[in-house]
Amino acid sequence: MSINMKAPILSLILLFGLMGVWEMSTPSVKSAENMTEYEMLMGGASEEARVPPPSAIVTKAVEELSNPFYDNGPNDKGIGIQIAYSLYRVLTGYSMAALIALPLGFLIGMSPLAYKALDPFIQILKPISPLAWMPLALFIIQDSEASAIFVIFICSIWPMLINTAFGVAGVRGDWVNVAKTHELSTLRTAFQVILPAAAPTILTGMRISIGIAWLVIVAAEMLVGGTGIGYYVWNEWNNLDLTSVIFSILVIGVVGMLLDTFFSRVQTALQYQE
Amino acid sequence: MSQVSKPLINVQNLTRQFPSPDGEEPVTVFENASFEIQRGEFVCIIGHSGCGKSTILNILAGLDEASSGVVLMEDKEISGPSLDRGVVFQNYSLLPWMSALKNVMFGVRARYPSWSKSKVKEHAYKHLSMVGLGEGAEKRKPSQLSGGMRQRVSIARAFAIEPKLLLLDEPFGALDALTRGTIQDELIRVWDDTGQTIFMITHDVDEAILLSDRILLMSNGPYARVAESVVIDIPRPRSRADIIHHKNYYPIRNYLVDFLTSRSKNISVKAANCGDTRDLKPETVRPGLFKEPLSTSDAELKAVDINHSGLTQTQLTGAQ
Ligand SMILES: Nc1ncnc2c1ncn2[C@@H]1O[C@H](COP(=O)(O)OP(=O)(O)OP(=O)(O)O)[C@@H](O)[C@H]1O
Ligand SMILES: [Mg+2]
Repeated sequence: MSINMKAPILSLILLFGLMGVWEMSTPSVKSAENMTEYEMLMGGASEEARVPPPSAIVTKAVEELSNPFYDNGPNDKGIGIQIAYSLYRVLTGYSMAALIALPLGFLIGMSPLAYKALDPFIQILKPISPLAWMPLALFIIQDSEASAIFVIFICSIWPMLINTAFGVAGVRGDWVNVAKTHELSTLRTAFQVILPAAAPTILTGMRISIGIAWLVIVAAEMLVGGTGIGYYVWNEWNNLDLTSVIFSILVIGVVGMLLDTFFSRVQTALQYQE
Repeated sequence: MSQVSKPLINVQNLTRQFPSPDGEEPVTVFENASFEIQRGEFVCIIGHSGCGKSTILNILAGLDEASSGVVLMEDKEISGPSLDRGVVFQNYSLLPWMSALKNVMFGVRARYPSWSKSKVKEHAYKHLSMVGLGEGAEKRKPSQLSGGMRQRVSIARAFAIEPKLLLLDEPFGALDALTRGTIQDELIRVWDDTGQTIFMITHDVDEAILLSDRILLMSNGPYARVAESVVIDIPRPRSRADIIHHKNYYPIRNYLVDFLTSRSKNISVKAANCGDTRDLKPETVRPGLFKEPLSTSDAELKAVDINHSGLTQTQLTGAQ
């Protein structure tokens, strides 16, 4: 059996093994028919909050995913709607960051002067936790929605900026010479030689950025509240509904993986072998 | 190959200095290099590693600037790179994200921006076929091609832009002898078909004799000079197998090897001592004609004895 067939089987064994152990170690849940009304209200939990077993989470997942877009007012929206809000914020902030970081990174990479001049700013701004910007953003922008987007913007700009500059600066002199001997204009050189040459490095930066943005949005939405998957997690925690908390944690993981997979695909498509 | 017609390239008193690493006197790689290249001529330049061959070629290409002296092409001074001068770099310099065909099309499109895509493609394909690529190989990326194939793509790209002058920097340096032979033959065939002018760097004496009309000899650096211009008096077409049987082959070969092994070391020192080397053209030497009666038209060309080189005599005059 090839390793490609063995690996998924081993994954499944691990999954079911772990779920089995988890299931066994949590006290059994009463079936819904036997619950008192009070117990139903508490989401099937006893007075003491406890970690729900995997079976409860699977049930929850089936229930949520069969109707992901319902909207029963501010505190009860389907998981699909919450994810959509988060994705909207991430993609807006991320796109704005890309619009600035890619051209600016190009400039920095092409010009040693710009690199030297901007380097101190980048070095100081880069290590700031994106959430540290939140109070300032809320004060200046006066809008929680826009502040969340700003936080995404500020956290995704650095990896893209640095990788673009690095990729552009590292383009082999030989290829630039090829452009020169073919009398290519600066603009054509940038688009036909430097951009494709630096593309894999630039995409690495974009991939790191989207990963960070997805990490940060959860925390940002916990702070600003209202909508989004981060708010959802926090809200369910306040409701002591741990089943929903665990379910949404898994959803965050899956969406993050999908985002990463997308960028990894693009990266593979632009990768070249020297 | 008449020496009377106007040269395509006229190099006058070319000097290149690089700042020395310790901030003292700049290092003079070569000094007062002067030579000409005729239209349609195939000229090779030979010299020891580090004497400045690539530097000269880069200046001709417009990628580097001389510290002093000028290069004229059709009486106009060269400044900056131009599509009139195609370059084949030592390490092929293909763009790795493009297929072989796209690499050649890249050059064609730069040369003929007004052409339609199909015309560009056709022209590119024609030149790839000329170097024996096609039938599927053109669709592959450089990383999927062998070293020899990459070099052929690189040559095809340079020929496809139909430059007035083709500059080749040790194009076959990294190839095995067999592949080298095949591509040399292809290069000669394409050169024959197109009537290009070629300036090529090589380390290989036999390759230089096989390919060129004339070989420029460079002395060792620093203060290297283009010391001599050796005419290869062996009729074309030449073939690898037969050329060694030509009576001029070994006189020429021995002369070149003698230069590289012993005389190249001493020349720059002497040149430095003999003061003004400006406007000193490399001496034309015809080892193939040595001890042969000179024809009248060759009267001004000096045939030099391999063992008693006339060059050292000329150059020493004026010393001290
Ligand atoms: N950018 C540079 N800065 C300083 N010195 C340089 C630079 N480029 C070349 N040199 C020096 O100039 C000399 C000639 O270099 P060049 O590359 O022209 O040699 P070459 O004759 O082509 O040698 P090879 O046969 O090994 O390719 C070398 O001694 C090298 O150290
Ligand atoms: Mg060289």
